[in-house]
Amino acid sequence: MVVTQTQPRPPRARTRPPIIDCDLHNELDSIKDLYPYLSQRWRDHIETYGVRPFAGSYYPRFWPNRADARPPSGRQSGSEVGFTRQHYLDPYNVAYAILIPLTPVGRQPNQALDAALATAVNDWQVAEWLDQDPRLRASIVVPFEDPPRAVAEIERRAADKRFVQVEFTGRPQEPMGRRKYWPIYEACARHGLHVVSHAFGSYGQPVTGCGWPSYYLEEHIGPAQAMQANIISLIAEGVFDHFPIKVVSVENGFGWLPSLMWRLDRSWRLLRSEVPHLKRPPSEYIREHVYLTTQPMEEPPDPRHFLTLLEQYGDMVDHILFASDYPHWDADEPDTALPARVPEAIRRGILFENARRLYNLP
Amino acid sequence: MQTEMATPEVRTGQRPPVIDCDIHAEVPTVEALFPYLPPYWVEHITHTRFKGPIDTYYPPQSPVAARPGSLPPQGPAGSSLELLRAQVLDPLNVEVGILVCTYAIDSLHNPDAAVALARAVNDWLAEEWLAKEPRLRASIVVPCQIPQLAAQEIDRVAQHPGFVQVLLPARSYFPYGNRIYQPLWEAIARHDLVAAIHFGGAPGTPPTPSGWPSYYFEEYAGMAQVFASQLTSIVCEGVFDLFPTVKVVLLESGVTWLPPHLWRFDKEWRNLRRLVPWLKQPPSAYVRQHVRLTVQPLDAPADPQALLAVLAQLGAEEMLLYASDYPHEHGVDPETVLFPALPEALAQKIRTENARALYRRL
Repeated sequence: MVVTQTQPRPPRARTRPPIIDCDLHNELDSIKDLYPYLSQRWRDHIETYGVRPFAGSYYPRFWPNRADARPPSGRQSGSEVGFTRQHYLDPYNVAYAILIPLTPVGRQPNQALDAALATAVNDWQVAEWLDQDPRLRASIVVPFEDPPRAVAEIERRAADKRFVQVEFTGRPQEPMGRRKYWPIYEACARHGLHVVSHAFGSYGQPVTGCGWPSYYLEEHIGPAQAMQANIISLIAEGVFDHFPIKVVSVENGFGWLPSLMWRLDRSWRLLRSEVPHLKRPPSEYIREHVYLTTQPMEEPPDPRHFLTLLEQYGDMVDHILFASDYPHWDADEPDTALPARVPEAIRRGILFENARRLYNLP
Repeated sequence: MQTEMATPEVRTGQRPPVIDCDIHAEVPTVEALFPYLPPYWVEHITHTRFKGPIDTYYPPQSPVAARPGSLPPQGPAGSSLELLRAQVLDPLNVEVGILVCTYAIDSLHNPDAAVALARAVNDWLAEEWLAKEPRLRASIVVPCQIPQLAAQEIDRVAQHPGFVQVLLPARSYFPYGNRIYQPLWEAIARHDLVAAIHFGGAPGTPPTPSGWPSYYFEEYAGMAQVFASQLTSIVCEGVFDLFPTVKVVLLESGVTWLPPHLWRFDKEWRNLRRLVPWLKQPPSAYVRQHVRLTVQPLDAPADPQALLAVLAQLGAEEMLLYASDYPHEHGVDPETVLFPALPEALAQKIRTENARALYRRL
């Protein structure tokens, strides 16, 4: 037998069961990565006027992205598909990963710039990520504060089935259910695309309903509260009565959902005369339309309380999807993220099957 | 201001006695405060037909603001001491009831008006409620938007033994841990008062991290997120390290959102504690030592076993307090929904013992 020289593979890759990662970040090393996909007009504009950064830069952080995820080239962690493949996708046996780029799109008051950036990001995703690895799927980045242009971008991408959802930041200018955004949901419904809301990013509002907190630690806890406001809005405005879309909550945690469902149902019984257009208790809309990813994994000090949480999810446990958040500092390790006591069927659902079904993957 | 209290007398009822930590006293009209306002403000309000701070976060005729049968012949629900006696103090066997007046002093941008009206409300509470009913105590209303003036009002009113806590609306311009509030916390600690954070608030800023929602239903169900943000801030900024005797009580906050919030909070603290090096223990430990919550409303599953599982997740028998929240209605009566599911000793703690331990001025 002839021994051929193959790429060295990490030893454990074959022993790991396949997983689907619903939050993999493809990073820009700098805005210049987009220049090949921008017209001269916008390159000149960016050189002269700059772009507003992805919100969240108000706090000195403690950690940057994972240092071990930095490519040998020295570029930003997560900014080279080759290194992401070698460092993460291959060794962890990632069957599919959904790309969620965090970019300045959605934050630019200049809406034409916002739209040009969105188109550039999506072209970059196609050329430098989707075309480079068949396991990748992506989120369509859209200028969601400018719905007609957002819809145009969705139409431009929808034929490419590797785009599986449309991306919102955590804190758009208005709560996500407001009518302003409905043309986007209509386009999603038309093309069978999901809507994803990824934590962080804002149009400039604080992360709380009571003003700006002082520390990045607080900013980093806040998305759990922000996403609840968006879910409440999506239900209250009747989005789910009009559009058969699924909404995926990413990096907001999932422990708060049962309490939110109890609270919404009780509130609805009290105040339903104000929202007579709602045909069903709010929890039923959630059960049908809302999915949540795991990272940052809930870690109750008593592991039994995690099992109680899964019991509270009940039938909806198949709406929980694994996400790593690679290559960010707080990324979850696929091998150890889920507590050991989680029953095997639920574990396989979270790590693979639930996402396979939601995204209709082979 | 009269500083004597009416003579206590023993009353008995069918139900086990309770300490009711959240009873609303409503200012019927701004004119009711005229006896307690300086001539300048009486004249000014009369001439300008100013209606007082009317930015209410309770829709006036909804059950949330006025449970069926609670409207007096004149004035809003919660403005009649006679009805309070007949509907709450006597039938619920209230040993001590703590008044909460949510007059929206915090909505006033004119600082002189805010101070004058806060003083008037406190004097009105002392004269019209505390002096007439020995079972009542009250919360100090303060212009919390100007912390040093709020501290002066606390110093003035704290001489009256009937005031046991300081009322802080959940929605504030900055979260209460922010160091601009230091004078307020100093005054609370100086007088052995409790900081009572209550549902609502009218700072003029949006109640969600994504701006203004369309429906009151959303604000109502979303207030739990604001409470979570306040707790995050108060713990992170080291309020309990600076003022180790201070206790915070959350009124009308709900309860079941807290365990998942603490899981996330502890986890983020483990990662990012270098940002807040003054914290000596995990955030959940501070919360269990310093924070109490009323059981009204109670967002919980209907099944008593599931309800007990939620209380086990909370894991602190000392944390819960009884409240009727009269005349507000949340669709839950602790005596029928909660207490039958609990061991009698725990029910007894919630009815009276935890409140007695909390309020050192009772």
